[in-house]
Amino acid sequence: MQPLKRITSRTVVIASTDIDTDQIIPARFLTTTTKEGLGRQLFADWRYQEDGAPKREFVLNRPEAHGAQILVAGRNFGCGSSREHAAWALHDYGFRAVISTEIADIFRGNALKNGLLPVVVDEEPSQWLLHHPGAMLDIDLEAMRLTLPTGASISFAIELFARHCLLNGLDEFSYLRGKLDDIERFEAARG
Amino acid sequence: MTPRTLFDKVWSAHEVVAETRDTPAVLYVDLHLVHEVTTPQAFSMLRQYGLPVRRPDRTLATMDHSTPTHTAQVFGSVPIKVDAAAKQVRQMEENAAEFGLELFGMRDARRGIVHIIGPELGCTQPGMTIVCGDSHTSTHGAFGALAFGIGTTEVGHVFATQALLQRKPKSLAVNIEGQLQPGVTAKDLILAIIGQIGVSGGTGHVLEYRGSTVRALAMHERMTVCNMSIEAGARAGMIAPDEVTYEYLRGRPRAPRDQDWEAAEARWRTFVTDPKARFDASVEVNAERIEPMITYGTNPGMVVPIGAAIPDRQGDEVFDKAMRYMGFHCGEAMIGKTVNVVFIGSCTNGRLEDLQAAATILKGRKVAKGVHLLIVPGSQQIKHQAEALGLADIFKAAGADWRESGCSMCLGMNGDTVAAGQYSISTSNRNFEGRQGKGARTLLVSPLTAAASAVKGSITDPRELL
Repeated sequence: MQPLKRITSRTVVIASTDIDTDQIIPARFLTTTTKEGLGRQLFADWRYQEDGAPKREFVLNRPEAHGAQILVAGRNFGCGSSREHAAWALHDYGFRAVISTEIADIFRGNALKNGLLPVVVDEEPSQWLLHHPGAMLDIDLEAMRLTLPTGASISFAIELFARHCLLNGLDEFSYLRGKLDDIERFEAARG
Repeated sequence: MTPRTLFDKVWSAHEVVAETRDTPAVLYVDLHLVHEVTTPQAFSMLRQYGLPVRRPDRTLATMDHSTPTHTAQVFGSVPIKVDAAAKQVRQMEENAAEFGLELFGMRDARRGIVHIIGPELGCTQPGMTIVCGDSHTSTHGAFGALAFGIGTTEVGHVFATQALLQRKPKSLAVNIEGQLQPGVTAKDLILAIIGQIGVSGGTGHVLEYRGSTVRALAMHERMTVCNMSIEAGARAGMIAPDEVTYEYLRGRPRAPRDQDWEAAEARWRTFVTDPKARFDASVEVNAERIEPMITYGTNPGMVVPIGAAIPDRQGDEVFDKAMRYMGFHCGEAMIGKTVNVVFIGSCTNGRLEDLQAAATILKGRKVAKGVHLLIVPGSQQIKHQAEALGLADIFKAAGADWRESGCSMCLGMNGDTVAAGQYSISTSNRNFEGRQGKGARTLLVSPLTAAASAVKGSITDPRELL
């Protein structure tokens, strides 16, 4: 895993609330048996026409979206299916952070394990971000701070262990494997 | 000792290492359910590290999402229509063989939707922790288990260690009182709850459904309720075990037997919320007022009583977008709207009792001209039971399409899809855009409402036909 310390990027805004993981990646693409290349299918039904041509009005098809690493979305992003393909697709596309006022539980866990930072902010900064697409943001994970181009600085909370893993490029799995003795003792005690 | 909730008790009984400010808890997993869609990358991870599945005895695999429901594709020589799905099925078989997992494969009489067969076999038991790479794992909470969906990376963690890193969620009591009216089902109850608390009302929480209404529910109804906890944002929903639970489990193939049963039941009886235990939050639900419910939009919280009109939320961006997608307008009545496809099945409503409910309406009646009624049992065992009880004959005589078990039309990845623009009255759990096929328009209902709408050819209050 690459360490993730700081993200400085313009934003892409998809203002809809309750964006479910079926929208992020439709079920028909879940027949894949690898993680790679899912960025092409990210938001497939919003992004492409029936014949596969890009829908010009969808934000990811506009030139200003190119290279953006931060997605700003409406409340309750990532609800629904547990498919980790949603986090893989966002990361593969190039996103490194998702900002919303609320991020669904399973998606949040999946994102953190794949180098995609879920940032939950209050209503006021969220409204500002939703109304300023393309804003250049600085996200400092070490300081747990998000800085707007206005100079305003907003702190955000993040689960501390996931933060530690992201900052140091560590895999949570190594830590869990380190607990195998405890797991064995637990099993033995239960009989 | 401080009074504790059911959730507190199951959580602490599985805490290998307690959480601290800096580190999550290590939570032991009693039962890991596995299916073909969310595991290939987890098996790859095991190979990458050269690791075995640590506890195959606590792992149970089946295939449900990408499997076809056409008999000729399951049992005959006709190849699976979707190539990528066929590949995924083959890979599940290879992975199970390589890692020594018990797999209920394509032609196994015990195969079915993972959340149907766990309880059916008696694998799902009170006080357990159960996980699966599938958000509807919440279903198993109906037995007083802590059961929740996980991502594929976590599937790999459980394969390798039989444990997970978890922060303890908060608790939310859903107190439900009053008797459900005739024609109102558990599906209507959970849709009404989601309508009340919203699609993120349970985020960060484990729900416990409590109260006189819940005590009066049978197991299949409790499973329908817990199944859709995730549609309210909650990873898990639980119901304390009681006589109804024990009666359901007694004699199931993998439930404890004889003295083991006595010991197990004594332990299970401790998994109830203590009087005066504190929840982080609570909501009150009046079950008596609930009517048959139907969704009108593109998430399960956009729901109304079937006799109501679509509310006026114009100006709300999500509402307006949903109306455009569904081809609906605010103020329109739901009753009488067009039906093209009716789907009865899924982990929400694919149990024998759901099929029996549909049969009470379909018996001696015909599916309306131009409507495709697809009925898909939740497991092969349910299929055989339904055939033995004559339900399949009722369905076929009515003109329904009767299939092999699987997730089928709940999600469009196995060949069973709804065409763009078509209206699907469905007993499944998600009415998201494109869920049942690109451009498909889904309305979530109970099996009674689905069957009544299939007969009339338009959205119908099932109480008219009961």
